[in-house]
Amino acid sequence: MSVMDLLNALTAFANFVLIPATAYGAQLALGALGVTLVYGVLRFSNVAHGDTMAFGTMVTILLTWALQESGVTLGSLPTALLALPAGIVVTAALVLGTDRLVYRFYRARRVRPVVFVIVSVGVMFVMNGLVRFIIGPGDQRFADGERFIVSAREFRDWSGLREGLALKTSQAITVVTAILVVVLLFWFLKRTRMGKSMRAYSDNEDLALLSGIDPNRVVAVTWIILAALATVAGVLYGLDKSFKPFTYFQLLLPIFASAIVGGLGSPPGAIAGGFLIAFSEVTVTYAWKKVLVYLLPDPLEPTALVQLLSTDYKFAVSFLILTAVLLIRPTGIFAGRAE
Amino acid sequence: MKKLFLTSSAIAGLAFSAAGATAEEIKLGVLLGFTGPVESLIPPIAEAAEIAMREASDSGMLLGGSTVKSVRGDSTCGDSAAAVAATERMVTADGVQAIMGAACSGATIAALTNIAVPNGIVMISPASTSPALSTTEDDGLFFRTAPSDARQGQVMAEILMEEGINEVAVSYNNNDYGKGLSDSFQSAFEAAGGTVTINAAHEDGKADYSAEVSALASAGGQRLVIIGYIDQGGSGILRGALDSGAFDTFHFPDGMIGDMLEDNFGDEINGSTGQHPASDSEGNEMFVEMVGDTFDASSPYTGQAYDAAALILLAMQAAGSSDSGDFKSSVMDVANAPGEKIFPGEIAKALEILGNGGEVDYVGATAVELIGPGESAGSYAQTEVRDGEVTTVRYR
Repeated sequence: MSVMDLLNALTAFANFVLIPATAYGAQLALGALGVTLVYGVLRFSNVAHGDTMAFGTMVTILLTWALQESGVTLGSLPTALLALPAGIVVTAALVLGTDRLVYRFYRARRVRPVVFVIVSVGVMFVMNGLVRFIIGPGDQRFADGERFIVSAREFRDWSGLREGLALKTSQAITVVTAILVVVLLFWFLKRTRMGKSMRAYSDNEDLALLSGIDPNRVVAVTWIILAALATVAGVLYGLDKSFKPFTYFQLLLPIFASAIVGGLGSPPGAIAGGFLIAFSEVTVTYAWKKVLVYLLPDPLEPTALVQLLSTDYKFAVSFLILTAVLLIRPTGIFAGRAE
Repeated sequence: MKKLFLTSSAIAGLAFSAAGATAEEIKLGVLLGFTGPVESLIPPIAEAAEIAMREASDSGMLLGGSTVKSVRGDSTCGDSAAAVAATERMVTADGVQAIMGAACSGATIAALTNIAVPNGIVMISPASTSPALSTTEDDGLFFRTAPSDARQGQVMAEILMEEGINEVAVSYNNNDYGKGLSDSFQSAFEAAGGTVTINAAHEDGKADYSAEVSALASAGGQRLVIIGYIDQGGSGILRGALDSGAFDTFHFPDGMIGDMLEDNFGDEINGSTGQHPASDSEGNEMFVEMVGDTFDASSPYTGQAYDAAALILLAMQAAGSSDSGDFKSSVMDVANAPGEKIFPGEIAKALEILGNGGEVDYVGATAVELIGPGESAGSYAQTEVRDGEVTTVRYR
């Protein structure tokens, strides 16, 4: 085994496992943060989260198109980043409106959390229809700018290795934005007065009310943060893959899995859960042949795929982890509030 | 006075309807996946079928001047329950006499076995290619103007072998179409001396395809065969394989050929090959000319849809009845020799011949020849992506 072989093996692993799983993990983590926040503060599992992401992304796409039409771009970065803040504002207006029209009614009656979940299913269907009504059910492209920071072919030519390494602009932006958003959110929750009120409200509603915290403000701020998280997560996902309302609806499953594994209601748990689910989907079903061919001496080189499980089972893997975590630590890895 | 006028007009009305004793409004179901995985391919298919219906209506010669009305229904592609519900509504509420559809094999099987067969309704599919449909119990009610994928698998293997490709990776959509075609391709390719390094399924509409792409890349091969849908998982796999540099060229069967392939991938997939059912017969040229700018006549399965609708109407004329039970046995007669050859745009002529008790051999846009259990023998357009456009190289 030469140094070249080792480098080839590492490159193949990074290209097909490390980079895609990290980007996917960051996307799931952002989604799971939104779910966990609503669970923590408002005490219900918001099934409409995937469709809120789709709505925010749709608004951002429409604005991006308008910007592209009028010739405004961000150079090598996607124009969507410019449209993102406006997308968040519109989405915040939608979720605040939904809260005013729907959720407030049930909150005033202090209904049980399971009723809220069912209500959010209704909200999900409405948002689902709204998005399809405005932008249609098809795939939409809105990514522009430089697609790659390093493309597989460029890397091969530059390094002289047989394996290529691709790093997409969208993947880098996803990870950087995810880190920024998480740092901001934690700073907000731990350091600001509003963040502290939210945590107090989340821990014990009655006590928080007694100490003079305005519940309406806490709820409104939670929805605004949720709108921001959902829109950012949705746009980043759309830039990296593609925008299609149906796929966003399907995203709900891995996002909830991430939030539950990490511990519903726990922000650090949501992040850990997102990466755990993403890496388990990609690594457990990874076919090691490509890497082992470089690492092992010729006579030992595998001819089979050296795959632990077929990719058909990738969802089974994440749900197995979910089940195991729930059996051993029912509150999730980071001990959320779920009972 | 007023009363007298009403009475006389009622008598006039009676007299009028008596004059066209057998004329009726025939309802034909157009059951296709208007939403779902193949939604971008569907609009031209539906329009092609409706052109044939208009032609028959306008001729005034169908069953004593009957007109044909299209009743569209959304079968989706992956959702059997939705396909069954749409078909049930068509048959029971709208009262269609026959159905042109569905497109996806899973939807067709569901609609056929659950609704069409129990209600005795003829179904002619323009695009369902699963080998399983050759043996499905159908009471002689089911036909298709598309060939079985048992044949497409062989054609695919031949094309790749001639291109000098003998090692491929296969990613197929986990449904009746994907599984059927990947199996038939793998056995044909291996019989011809080729190697399939991996034959792995992918699901539609999933959040992430990194795991699938990395397994395909690890297995390797000269070309990646994607047996899926361009509107769905097929795009996800293709995007992942291109971005990670896992494969440079691909092979696309019918489900992957569509506008989106050129729009979203274009120059990135130059040199890739593919095939979809189509023919270079005289009929195809006439069909393209007849359609003009109404829709893209080169879009997959448009000719088959025109032919499917035409066959239903000609069979009705031959049997002298719009009832499925009466005309189901006439479909094979009008489709095959003997008889006068009928090309696109000649439906009126065919109706006239049949009306006079003559025989026709419907050729149509796709050189229809129904074999075995009532399915097309099959001819394919071999395509190659050149300068970002899917171009037809030859027919086989």
